[in-house]
Amino acid sequence: MKESSDQRRKERLDRGIKVRSEGIYALMSWRELSYLFLPRVVLIGGLLILPLAMPSMYWQRVISIVCIYALLALSFDFLAHYVGLVSLGGAFFIGTGSYIAAILNTSFGLPPILTIPIATLLGAVICTVLLLPCLPLRGVYFAIVTLMYPLLLARVIEALDILGGTDGILGIESFANRWMEQYFIILMVLFLLFGTRRLVNQDIGLVFRAVKDNDQSVRASGISVTYYKTIAVFIASGIGCLAGAYLVHLYMWAGLSTLALDFSILPIAATVIGGSGTLVGPVLGAFILVPISELLRAFGTLRIVFYALILLGFIIFRSEGIMVYGQRKYHQFEKWIKV
Amino acid sequence: MSTSTTPLLQINQVTKTFGGIFALNEVSFDLHEGEILGIIGPNGSGKTTMVNCITGFIELSAGEVRYRGKQISGKPPHKIADMGITRTFQIMRPYYSLPAYKNLVIPLFSPRAKRTGGWRGGGKLGDRNTVSIDILEELGFERESFVPYKKASNLPTGYLKRLELARCLALNPKIIICDEVFSGLSMSEIASMVPLVERLQMEGITLIMIEHRLRELFQVANRIMVLNFGEKLIEGTAEEVMADERVKEAYFGSEEVEEVMAHA
Repeated sequence: MKESSDQRRKERLDRGIKVRSEGIYALMSWRELSYLFLPRVVLIGGLLILPLAMPSMYWQRVISIVCIYALLALSFDFLAHYVGLVSLGGAFFIGTGSYIAAILNTSFGLPPILTIPIATLLGAVICTVLLLPCLPLRGVYFAIVTLMYPLLLARVIEALDILGGTDGILGIESFANRWMEQYFIILMVLFLLFGTRRLVNQDIGLVFRAVKDNDQSVRASGISVTYYKTIAVFIASGIGCLAGAYLVHLYMWAGLSTLALDFSILPIAATVIGGSGTLVGPVLGAFILVPISELLRAFGTLRIVFYALILLGFIIFRSEGIMVYGQRKYHQFEKWIKV
Repeated sequence: MSTSTTPLLQINQVTKTFGGIFALNEVSFDLHEGEILGIIGPNGSGKTTMVNCITGFIELSAGEVRYRGKQISGKPPHKIADMGITRTFQIMRPYYSLPAYKNLVIPLFSPRAKRTGGWRGGGKLGDRNTVSIDILEELGFERESFVPYKKASNLPTGYLKRLELARCLALNPKIIICDEVFSGLSMSEIASMVPLVERLQMEGITLIMIEHRLRELFQVANRIMVLNFGEKLIEGTAEEVMADERVKEAYFGSEEVEEVMAHA
């Protein structure tokens, strides 16, 4: 065996239980039921217990920020992997959502329960309309334009001294209590995660994937590519604006830092680590990356170095991402066979 | 066949230039309801450009395309496909990451398919997965050996060419423009495609067929048009076209023409 090690290859076979539980037969046994439900229960249960397991104020704040990044990563993965639009617009979405929520709260006196849904929908409309001109184009234009808008908005706010200028908008109402603050965003992450997962497997999700695969064919099928790209951008920017509106009520402040590029870059890193195209992977990626970045705070500016090394390590050794690797291990046998 | 005077499709003086080079130069022809029109010509003679101009994938430099007397040139491709003018791509464009039958769910999701019910739908569309497998089975995707369930990236050329046709059929088309559906196929695969094309004509679908396989084309086409360097050389029956001196010149050296003419 040893001398012929270069002539072996890994054979992968789907586990029987995976095949069986794809049909309705899964309902026949507890073992197969748990095969299907265990990963989901662990994820949902884990997220719901998290605020109780980490009662310190500091870590609660970290969890909330993790959830914001998780929503952005979800929005990035949905657009990039299922529609073929690489978005660097995390900062754009967060900024739009947060400024709208801030204005609604301070100028019109609306409570968070109203500002968040209004900012989500209105923000999604604004983002979609502003991105509309580059939707008929293919290639890198979408990425560039989404990156450009937050830079532009920040300079406009700074130069014209509107919307609070460099000081930002102060005195925004917070959530009624910290449990509401925590569970609102955790439930939102779970709802949107399972929602988008369901969406991409519907027929409309197939059209999204077709747009990514071959947009000429979609046109030849009598379907407007721009229309479906618009819907997808509306959904993705809505998720981002929701996170932005939440952020404003969390910090009780909206300012130029909501347009910072961190919001655009970190979700992409989370997607790389978590596994692109799985939707749940990027969410987990955010839950790994953001706490690591917090733990590395002790190293001061060296933090970025460690951070970059961790990312590099993932890209070199596990470029497929944690979830893709994990799903394969869960669903398939592997054994070495002689060629 | 109807006796109405307006042809189904009118191509008037269509010109397309790419930076001073005439890909098409004032080409005009009519397409009548229910016929099969063959377009032939040497490589680079503008055949595929013609398809792109009719279906809106590229803009015309001059001229116009009319469908049932109404101008369609200048409309975006999805609007033209929505009217029932569909096309196949010479270089096949399936959704490689999806199984064959999911490839068809996308055209079945289009506004036109929802409105008309898809191929032979009679205005009612059932479960899209079932409908798409029915269409594929009709086109020779063997359900028993699970061909419709295979990923498009694992299918051989013959099936992909038929998948292109299936995408058109899912839209319940009036016109199908076939851009070289026979090329790259084995003789037996072509032999199975010919009756399919004839059956589509029987069902009332009008076809434009662009082909290099002249013998099979002459078997099915009612009329032939020859393009050379972006200009229309001649239009007529297969015998008329093949007897023309200019056509012989354009195809000079092509063994197949000699062979076909020897048979004629």
